[in-house]
Amino acid sequence: MVEIRWHSRAGQGAVTGAKGLGDVVSTTGKQVQAFALYGSAKRGAAMRAYNRIDDEPIINHEKFMRPDYVLVIDPALAYTDDITANDKATTKYIITTHKTKDELIGEIPSLQDKSERVFVVDCIDISLKTIGRAIPNSPMLGAFVKVSGMFDLDYFLDRMKKVLSKFPQKIIDSNMDAITTAYNEVK
Amino acid sequence: MAERYDLQEIEVWDGNYAAAHALRQAQVDVVAAYPITPSTPIVENYGQFVADGYVDGEFVMVESEHAAMSGCVGAAAAGGRVATATSSQGFALMAEVLYQASGMRLPIVLTVVNRALASPLNVRGDHSDMYLGRDSGWIQLDAFNAQEAYDMTLCAFKIGEDMRVRLPVMIHQDGFITSHTAQNTNPLQDEDAYAFIGEYETYQEMLDFSKPVTYGAQTEEDWHFEHKAKQHKALMDSRDVINEVFDAFEKKTGRKYKRVESYMMEDAEVAIVALGATVETCRLAAQQLRADEGLKVGVVAPRCFRPFPFDNIREALKDVKTVCCMDRSSPGGAMGALFNEVSAALYSTKNRPLVTNYIYGLGGRDFAVEEAKRIMREQKAHADAGYITTQIQQFSGLRGPKLGFFETNRR
Repeated sequence: MVEIRWHSRAGQGAVTGAKGLGDVVSTTGKQVQAFALYGSAKRGAAMRAYNRIDDEPIINHEKFMRPDYVLVIDPALAYTDDITANDKATTKYIITTHKTKDELIGEIPSLQDKSERVFVVDCIDISLKTIGRAIPNSPMLGAFVKVSGMFDLDYFLDRMKKVLSKFPQKIIDSNMDAITTAYNEVK
Repeated sequence: MAERYDLQEIEVWDGNYAAAHALRQAQVDVVAAYPITPSTPIVENYGQFVADGYVDGEFVMVESEHAAMSGCVGAAAAGGRVATATSSQGFALMAEVLYQASGMRLPIVLTVVNRALASPLNVRGDHSDMYLGRDSGWIQLDAFNAQEAYDMTLCAFKIGEDMRVRLPVMIHQDGFITSHTAQNTNPLQDEDAYAFIGEYETYQEMLDFSKPVTYGAQTEEDWHFEHKAKQHKALMDSRDVINEVFDAFEKKTGRKYKRVESYMMEDAEVAIVALGATVETCRLAAQQLRADEGLKVGVVAPRCFRPFPFDNIREALKDVKTVCCMDRSSPGGAMGALFNEVSAALYSTKNRPLVTNYIYGLGGRDFAVEEAKRIMREQKAHADAGYITTQIQQFSGLRGPKLGFFETNRR
């Protein structure tokens, strides 16, 4: 079982990102789960979304999780949210930031013994340049594809196009651009 | 003619979206709805299907849930296939009309996304609304995941509309845990789903002016009792039809459902009885305890909450030593409803296992696999001691001082 926790603000697309990832993973024959903890949360409030991926049907419905991947799509949440909560010695972190990896880790004590498991990418900047709005979920998927090695980029892009097929071509193209850019830029 | 929706063999759907597609595939004539969290996306997506030409029926926006169910009653009495969705406060506001619908024997389908009842206000999942409906005269089916929310909704039309039943049917799924969790789902194609449910057959429809009928007549002590007894008998007799529909569904899809679902019960010493997504959490806990600790644990779950499967519950639990009933609703000064009903069923068995009660998960409080395992180990301790070693009613996942009520007198 692979478990993923997204740290986001309501409105940044973590739920859509988690569901999109689930859609793509399901096409590989695996079982997926995508859910979020929200409710009365308003746009801008810190929230978390989750994925589980397994070979067997997933019957675990608990909210508790020891994540294999932590995806932080809002830069400030790396500082204010407990992003290392319930982590493992192997948990990998992909964090949205305009800072360098060393600068970021220097400012966040909980990451200082995990630097080889921390990856950074500026999803906000990438989404502004490609999609034209600060929707950091698509770039994060690109970074995740690279860091996890779970899919070939081309396979992922191809499947993601199908997931987005109800949208206008311009939106599909800009999302593909965002995913590819983040795939190439994540460090 | 409604357009055909292009579906993959595997879709990643949450329970709400699954229920919305099932309603679409049933080609409902009238949906009268007033959206409420967490069932809003059922109505929202259904409205989208109507707007996009995937549904021929009417979508009526109303001013409250009372009006929503009233609209459903009117449309069903007129002779249409009718459905709606609700949760929590909306369900409570519908309550008066729920009794009208069942009393008039109208096969309305209501998809309920279970949510806590205020006060305090809470939008998350527990079973307070489901329990509120348990004497309303509706058939109540319970889905434990998104796939089942889809499957049970299709079955609900076929069960309720059967001429031997003609009763309204609710399908319950857990708020957020099921309704907002996307998982692999295998839908039927539109034509297969519709063929399974079948064309709507009218019965004494009001719009047939050549045969005038009255719905909702007044009966005092002269006839009221006979009407209610007949209604109760129809609910009891619906058990056979539910079995038949589940068999037909298995033939169509390979997915097998029973009015009571038993898991790892063949040699079980300890059983947990639960409803909703918790059933799957408990199954996972049972798997792990059997593999890691050799505890003979099983899980029993009423798929059909009404009519209550008194017979099947007795059969499923007849050989165990201890049973723990999990109630996700504040019992309001009593033992939990599931505890009461399961205990009553077991009282007439030879073995009479020890039965305990946990109140858990109110207002969406997480129910973790580790907690399910702790409860199962505790039941094993009762079995070994031969009496209930804790209080009979306890609370799981509650903060603050330990709360519990009643000691056993079987020591």
